[in-house]
Amino acid sequence: MNRVVVTGLGCITPIGSTIADFSASLFSGATGIAPFPPFPEAPGESQGLRFTQTARVKDFDPSQHFESGTIVSTDRTAQFAMLAARQAAQQSGLREHHAAEEIAVIVGCACGGRQAEETETAKLYTRDARVHPLTVTRTMASAGASQISIDLGITGPVLNISTACASGTHAIGIAFQMVRAGIVPAAIAGGHETPLTFGFLRAWDSMRVVSPTQCRPFSADRDGMTLGEGSAMLTLETLESAEARNATIYAEIVGFGMSADAHHITQPAAEGAAAAMRKAISDAGAVPDQVGYINAHGTGTQANDTTEATAIHQVFGERAAEIPVSSTKALHGHSIGATGALEALATVLSLQHGLLPANAGVTQIDPALKLDVILNAPREATPKLALSNSLAFGGLNAVLALRRFAG
Amino acid sequence: MDDIAQRCIEIIAKSKGIPANSITLDSTFDSLNIDSLDKINISFEVEETFNIEIPDEALGTIKTVGDMVRGVAQLSQNHPPSTVTS
Repeated sequence: MNRVVVTGLGCITPIGSTIADFSASLFSGATGIAPFPPFPEAPGESQGLRFTQTARVKDFDPSQHFESGTIVSTDRTAQFAMLAARQAAQQSGLREHHAAEEIAVIVGCACGGRQAEETETAKLYTRDARVHPLTVTRTMASAGASQISIDLGITGPVLNISTACASGTHAIGIAFQMVRAGIVPAAIAGGHETPLTFGFLRAWDSMRVVSPTQCRPFSADRDGMTLGEGSAMLTLETLESAEARNATIYAEIVGFGMSADAHHITQPAAEGAAAAMRKAISDAGAVPDQVGYINAHGTGTQANDTTEATAIHQVFGERAAEIPVSSTKALHGHSIGATGALEALATVLSLQHGLLPANAGVTQIDPALKLDVILNAPREATPKLALSNSLAFGGLNAVLALRRFAG
Repeated sequence: MDDIAQRCIEIIAKSKGIPANSITLDSTFDSLNIDSLDKINISFEVEETFNIEIPDEALGTIKTVGDMVRGVAQLSQNHPPSTVTS
């Protein structure tokens, strides 16, 4: 089986749309969460929303990046996907070194083109207006995967994975398995999502899981998640291929674990999350004692953070309270199908720089969780193994195991 | 230039992100780099603006801005312009 390394990184996020900016925000704790402007389509001043903040990508102008034909046929989310994939491909020199059919594109997107969906549906339902003829290409969840392949001229396996909040992690994990197994020597993998539309925010508001203030993962007074948007992509390739062309290696992916809770459509079960972590560690040929950092799913809801902490205790026993843990969602928000990819990127950067990002927003760590949550400043560390957890609605769990590349 | 021509040019300019004064009735769609996706979008905006329906067979025959303006003028004779713009 091949060893799989990360040789390219790309992102467009609320905390930076270059890797340098994302990295600077990640380690300085600069949050992208901010009040959002009123939605013009909202019926009243309150917008019908109990929250006022999201993590939005600012100053994005598609005309700076795409031809008009691409702009009119895509939603914001596919545009984000292309931009992040371009960066990851360019940084790795992927297209210069691999034939088009040798590269896979595996990306996660759960919601598809929400803006187009809502705009066109509102026109149709309220005034029986014509529906734009490119609504289908804008809204289909696989649009981002297709647009990356078109944009970069990639003709290998291309697919979209939709597993709610774990989509990006599942996508990277499946791409890792494909490269490891020799199905393709290289892949672009990650996630993209732009779910900050009025209708979707109202739907999340109705579930009462969004923080009326700001997300504070693992804080005793946490009161929910903060929604975000963005995209992150990684170039994965075999170590043999990377070394043969002297590519820069940012980290190594060594394991992937998946599980399902088979329990409840919104309530997580600790056993499912624990099973995914155990499988990722085992898949890496490692043991739990080697895990020295966990980038947690850490949404900031009471249910997730309590369940995830329980799962960590189930896997690591007495060592659970000693493993550095942080959720980076208080910085970049919860971007549904993209969030796992943003967090995998954060984990890669953590290993590369020997710095574990702090968990922002916490006023007091919930003592009941009994976790070593990194606070205030990033912590210098070189963990032998790091996990990146994604625990989705519907009980779909995905965990990546990564390590610093050491030859 | 009549109102229909002016509005068609504005639609093309907006869709392509180019200045309206760079477009004339003699401009071909090819010279304006209007690809198949642009054409779908422009046709839709024209249909919305003038409250018309461009027949499928007509879409393939439009090669210049003038072709489009003449076609819209013909189709508009039976339909008042719509106030809906998007």
